[in-house]
Amino acid sequence: MNFFRFVSGSFKIITKGSAVYYAWVTFLILLIVWGGFGYANQLAHGLIVTHMRDSVSWGFYIGNFTFLVGVAAASVMLVIPAYVYHWKPIKEIVIFGELLAICAVIMCLCFIIVDIGNPLRFWHMLPGIGILNFPSSLLSWDFFVLNSYFILNLIIVVYLLYCHFYKKDYKVSFVMPLVLFSIPLAIGIHTVTAFLFNALPGRPFWNSALLAPRFLASAFCSGPAILIILFQILRKITKFEIKDEAIWTIAELMVYAMFIYLFFTVAELFKEFYSGTENILYWKYLLFGIGENHEIVIYSWSSIIMGSIAFLLFLIPSTRKNFLTLNIGAVLIYGSVYIEKGIALIVPGFTPDTLGQIYVYTPSITEVRTAVMIFSSGFLLFTFLSKIAIAIVFEDYCIDDLSSGKRVDKVKEAPVAM
Amino acid sequence: MKKPVNYSGRRKFLKNLSLFAVGSLALSGCGPVTMKEFLQKNFRTLSKKEKDDIIKALEKKYTAKYGKEFHVTDEPAADGVEFGYALDLSRCIGCRRCVYACVKENNQSRDPQIQYIQVLQMEKEKGIDFAHSDVHYNPDLVPEEGYFYVPVQCQQCRNPQCTEVCPVKATWQEPDGIVVVDYNWCIGCRYCMAACPYGARHFNWGEPNIPADEINPETHYLGNRPRMKGVVEKCTFCIKRVRNGKYPACVEICPVGARKFGNLLDPESEIRYILANKRVLVLKQELNTQPRFYYFFGV
Repeated sequence: MNFFRFVSGSFKIITKGSAVYYAWVTFLILLIVWGGFGYANQLAHGLIVTHMRDSVSWGFYIGNFTFLVGVAAASVMLVIPAYVYHWKPIKEIVIFGELLAICAVIMCLCFIIVDIGNPLRFWHMLPGIGILNFPSSLLSWDFFVLNSYFILNLIIVVYLLYCHFYKKDYKVSFVMPLVLFSIPLAIGIHTVTAFLFNALPGRPFWNSALLAPRFLASAFCSGPAILIILFQILRKITKFEIKDEAIWTIAELMVYAMFIYLFFTVAELFKEFYSGTENILYWKYLLFGIGENHEIVIYSWSSIIMGSIAFLLFLIPSTRKNFLTLNIGAVLIYGSVYIEKGIALIVPGFTPDTLGQIYVYTPSITEVRTAVMIFSSGFLLFTFLSKIAIAIVFEDYCIDDLSSGKRVDKVKEAPVAM
Repeated sequence: MKKPVNYSGRRKFLKNLSLFAVGSLALSGCGPVTMKEFLQKNFRTLSKKEKDDIIKALEKKYTAKYGKEFHVTDEPAADGVEFGYALDLSRCIGCRRCVYACVKENNQSRDPQIQYIQVLQMEKEKGIDFAHSDVHYNPDLVPEEGYFYVPVQCQQCRNPQCTEVCPVKATWQEPDGIVVVDYNWCIGCRYCMAACPYGARHFNWGEPNIPADEINPETHYLGNRPRMKGVVEKCTFCIKRVRNGKYPACVEICPVGARKFGNLLDPESEIRYILANKRVLVLKQELNTQPRFYYFFGV
């Protein structure tokens, strides 16, 4: 069967690689095992090994989930500028953007599964055999759009690679509508995820109409940051051609996103602090701490400082066009958004709790280990998928190699792939 | 789960092996879960016969575990009944007897500790102000000068946020107004806890522990039967008691008579008298949750 040979061909690619590749994969597997034992501990004893409690009933896991929804959304939205500005490698950008989206969505679902108290009962959510509370629960919407998004991206990427593999021309009339549809869906997944929090009037910190716009703006900062670095790596090790100008344009778009994000945040802060209602407590807890409880302040300010430095590095043309400072900026903005979504979004929503009590939450070592497990698995999957895509798209790995068997030698000659 | 292995088909063997490994890993991680329990459907979609079988199995299981004759019922709501609750803020002395009576009646876990009622100590000068309230007050003698007390438990809202957000319909409002949880259907996502504006929902973060000599063997399926790790639970107005014409445990224990309970649909009830004649308030009125739990000033 054709598709089976495509899969087995892809499998061959990921088993062969350079020493650096093997070292990287081994490193990731070690991290997965280390994190996996942490998660096994949670499975055995329950979520009591996390630092979440009734007051702060969501924490680091849901924060990571939210962050990764942003990554998944933004990596596909990068298709818009590629299309508008007529960048030459638009197909490649689509493929790698969507591969990143696929991995991010898988990680999202993993973070949901580790967060729920009864992972075995996950089937209760599946329509048909379980009961999905659609359309009433926003969580069911999120589940629905995330899965649609995942399937859509999977179809596009597999189809493009499959055509390449069999040296066929892909049908633009088939791919283009799907790609165009994936863009509003990308906006959709992040909007619905924001609405998930937004929908709770009992949590004033999230109950702001600006939450969804802020989500989108911050996602436009973190998602492209990964791709900027990825494109530079691809450019070095493959014949992927992307001009400096294209990368700078991405950076420029990120500056706009950062500015919009900053503006939204300032608008939010103005409203909260100038009106000074009792809802100001959550922001106070986040930025200054309340009473003796300052544990979370370090997170919020490190996010703010990293974000501000990145904004300046991206804003000033000379540092934006210098790849060293550009990459530093990309890492900083990624880190900033990660902390913002991972900690600074979730925790103040719950602190003080609905009855005004303060429970200080920071992630436990089990939560960190479980997150490491999921991130390493995601990176591993992304490494594999990228390696397959690189071989098929840039190294002309195709069906002929599979039948003649010459591919094996070719891989050994190939430069460091990932 | 282990099936006889057909060695002629290597792939089949590997498939079975991996299935077995994944299955047993998942099962071992989540405590003793029988296949039957794992496949059990949502309580509201079960037939009478299925319910009876499940309840019989549960009674057997609990009796064996706690060494006491256990009864589990699934008595439905009676017609023409809508429960309402009123708490007299001018009487409450903050003694927390209700908290512990509730724990005992409803078989809450003692370690890790779960309590449905949280008594907030508030300064008389500030009025009802959650931000300056304290649940961990611990003087030798209550009430303390200058303070008053606001016990908070499930408000049994007419417009509950918690049931709305549940992704699997594991929690719902019964015809008599009680919001219940199907512990066997709850996946433990805790979205309801994020949604509840009153902190009324509690999660079994670890395996619940109740000493066998303190267990209450008279239980309701949707109420005080023993729970498992990883599910949400909450106050049900003592569903087992109130559907049998008794008062909730917290009402009965209150030494100052601050807690009133009755049928909102009965014009002659005490609760209707209070609503008609006293100064009544509900918590967080602005959220439009429309609680059936009222606070009032009796004197």
